[in-house]
Amino acid sequence: MLNVSIYRYNPEVDSEPYMQDFEVDTQGKDIMVLDVLEKLKADDPTLVFRRSCREGVCGSDGMNISGKNGLACVTPLSEAVVKNKLVIRPLPGLPVIRDLVIDMSQFYAQYEKIQPYMINNSPAPAIERLQSPEERAKLDGLYECILCACCSTACPSFWWNPDKFIGPSGLLQAYRFLADSRDTATEERLANLDDPFSVFRCHGIMNCVQVCPKGLNPTKAIGHIRNMLINSAT
Amino acid sequence: MANIRTMSFDAVIVGGGGSGMRAALQLAQSGYKTAVITKVFPTRSHTVSAQGGITCAIASDDPNDQWQWHMYDTIKGSDYIGDQEAIEYMCQTGPEAIFELEHMGLPFSRTEKGRIYQRPFGGQSKDFGKGGQAARTCAAADRTGHALLHTLYQGNLKNETTFLNEWFAVDIVKNADNAVVGVIAINIETGETVYVKSKATVFATGGAGRIYASTTNAHICTGDGIGMSLRAGFPVQDIEMWQFHPTGIHGAGTLVTEGCRGEGGYLVNKDGERFMERYAPNAKDLAGRDVVARSMVLEILEGRGCGPDGDHVYLKLDHLGEETLNAKLPGILELSRTFAHADPVKEPIPVVPTCHYMMGGIPTNVDGQALTIDKDGNDQVIEGFYACGEAACVSVHGANRLGGNSLLDLVVFGRASGMFIEKQLREGIKLKDASEADIEAAMAGLNRLNASSDGEKASDLRAELQTIMQNYFGVFRSGEYMKEGIKKLAELRPRIENVALDDKSNAFNTSRIEALELQNLLEVAEATAITAEARTESRGAHARDDFKERDDENWLCHSVFFPAEKQVGKRGVNFTPKTREAFEPKIRTY
Repeated sequence: MLNVSIYRYNPEVDSEPYMQDFEVDTQGKDIMVLDVLEKLKADDPTLVFRRSCREGVCGSDGMNISGKNGLACVTPLSEAVVKNKLVIRPLPGLPVIRDLVIDMSQFYAQYEKIQPYMINNSPAPAIERLQSPEERAKLDGLYECILCACCSTACPSFWWNPDKFIGPSGLLQAYRFLADSRDTATEERLANLDDPFSVFRCHGIMNCVQVCPKGLNPTKAIGHIRNMLINSAT
Repeated sequence: MANIRTMSFDAVIVGGGGSGMRAALQLAQSGYKTAVITKVFPTRSHTVSAQGGITCAIASDDPNDQWQWHMYDTIKGSDYIGDQEAIEYMCQTGPEAIFELEHMGLPFSRTEKGRIYQRPFGGQSKDFGKGGQAARTCAAADRTGHALLHTLYQGNLKNETTFLNEWFAVDIVKNADNAVVGVIAINIETGETVYVKSKATVFATGGAGRIYASTTNAHICTGDGIGMSLRAGFPVQDIEMWQFHPTGIHGAGTLVTEGCRGEGGYLVNKDGERFMERYAPNAKDLAGRDVVARSMVLEILEGRGCGPDGDHVYLKLDHLGEETLNAKLPGILELSRTFAHADPVKEPIPVVPTCHYMMGGIPTNVDGQALTIDKDGNDQVIEGFYACGEAACVSVHGANRLGGNSLLDLVVFGRASGMFIEKQLREGIKLKDASEADIEAAMAGLNRLNASSDGEKASDLRAELQTIMQNYFGVFRSGEYMKEGIKKLAELRPRIENVALDDKSNAFNTSRIEALELQNLLEVAEATAITAEARTESRGAHARDDFKERDDENWLCHSVFFPAEKQVGKRGVNFTPKTREAFEPKIRTY
């Protein structure tokens, strides 16, 4: 039997959150953390978590698994269980709605702040805008972000200033558009980021890189933005 | 008394996936008050899982490509019950819709010329089947759905669409004229129930693959729109037509794109034989999905399956080389390593046909208007009600969808629905307001669930339903078996209608949502079962042991399931495209 300890909080009945212990029969199989949660929910329907694709592409089930942020659906027990114990908490740093479900409004607000859409006001051609494979390759490692918030909620700078620091996820997306040869709003985008908080609160702690379930590197993207800001200032 | 708040919009779209967000974008740009109700944050919708691409004759890979060739392939793929006018519209309008997405920023992979990269997919040909394999599927690596969904969300943010994220639509509100005037919806976070009133209600609620035990579909694919529509007394079309994707990962069910075979991968049995050469000598591994899935099952049934239980086959990719796999199929490497514990660079992926796509759905015309059939067999528009995407049956896929055509369906008909509703709103939509009693009627199901005190657990009932569908309505079907399955579903109905709801709280109550989803699954499953038993032929994805041949004399038509009587009727297939003569039914070989 696997010992599982889960963060519980229902605002309607609990005055404060608590950890609840369960035992789960995994039949010795190396199943995913999400499978464990589904088993538990079958017995205790009041346990609440988000999930959708169950294959690591929708970003619903980001949570703190034995101390590390990750997606429950692609985290096997072999990577998460220590001394036969699995500890599951909500992603840290954002308000908890219930159990493992957090309020992601601040995270999304930072995403929206960077204008996460193509800006190109020149008349569109009758076909696609051309882009060389080399130009397109610059978007690899950026566009794949699934907005799961594992990175931003692992970032101490984001914990301190979730309203003013864009955070690693938002900045990765900011650079995705700065790096796109089809986007023409580079100056405007940089001007929007040019303050002491939006980008420069990143202190290169690199928790974001360590936890990203898609293997992306927000710190590197932030470095590129810093260089662009410095170059545009001179 | 229906003591609930009302929110009013010009247009409400239920579902925040590809088709819903494409429709929403059109309407948001028009300035009409539009809202998207979505039970998950939009980028968590199942469109995100689409991998291989979006098929469209943009003439990048082949400068001489023609949309008519794509039209021919799609009609042949549908086994001739796809509506030719709708298919013509999709293939002809497609390029425009794709270029719009590119202009919005979709990060397509590129050719050396800087154009959109296109790869070969199953069922594709040049020159009306005479010119060999085509490469017509536009791709963003093997993450096309993700790229498309995020681009559409971004476009909607730019145009300031109103999103009701993590809201769940429960049931349709109808007025005295039987027109649709909105939905009852729950704000999942707070538990508040609201009447969302609208002049135009668009169902873009996606598929229902979760009726099967083994599916590539996300947990959220529970056919909510189909369930609501059936409960409102509206019919569904061709709902017996379920696509089993040849390559779901054995055990896990997760999808492995057809693009793997497009890039040169192929299937082998336990003897290492490339068996598709026997079943489809020309197209081989790129035959229609129904053909490949059946061939795989036959290999397994005849004892040539792989693994200790001989219950799957292998998809071989290692010969493509690490560099190609990294560049073209990076997501597949990740999925295979995670869920199959197999590294495709070195070893094959264990795969098995897995429920993937619902060809049927809410019957609509090309403008997205939902249809019912009157007593004389004529199409009749349901006022106020529209559908697009997988939830709709317009019908461009008929009895078998071609790979890459679902993303095209989403954007083309999401866009078409949006444009048509915009026109109607401009001309003025006048529908009678719902009465208190009308709203009460739509609340009845939810009220009953909320009052439920005993009953069985949703998770047990769901598993039972999925097992019935898997066992009695899978890749191969037979009448006797299906009758048994129908009986079992009938026995399950009162138990599911009486499902327990032990958690009565209002804060993010996912148990309540899962119970409602289960009821939707039941509606889809029952409609599937009864219609499958009624169609006494084999066509496309519907393969019967007791009726092995296609029967054009009796069944070259759509099936229509009427929920009130639980009866199956027939509806003519459209054979009148606008720009050319129709493609006549032929024997379908690959």
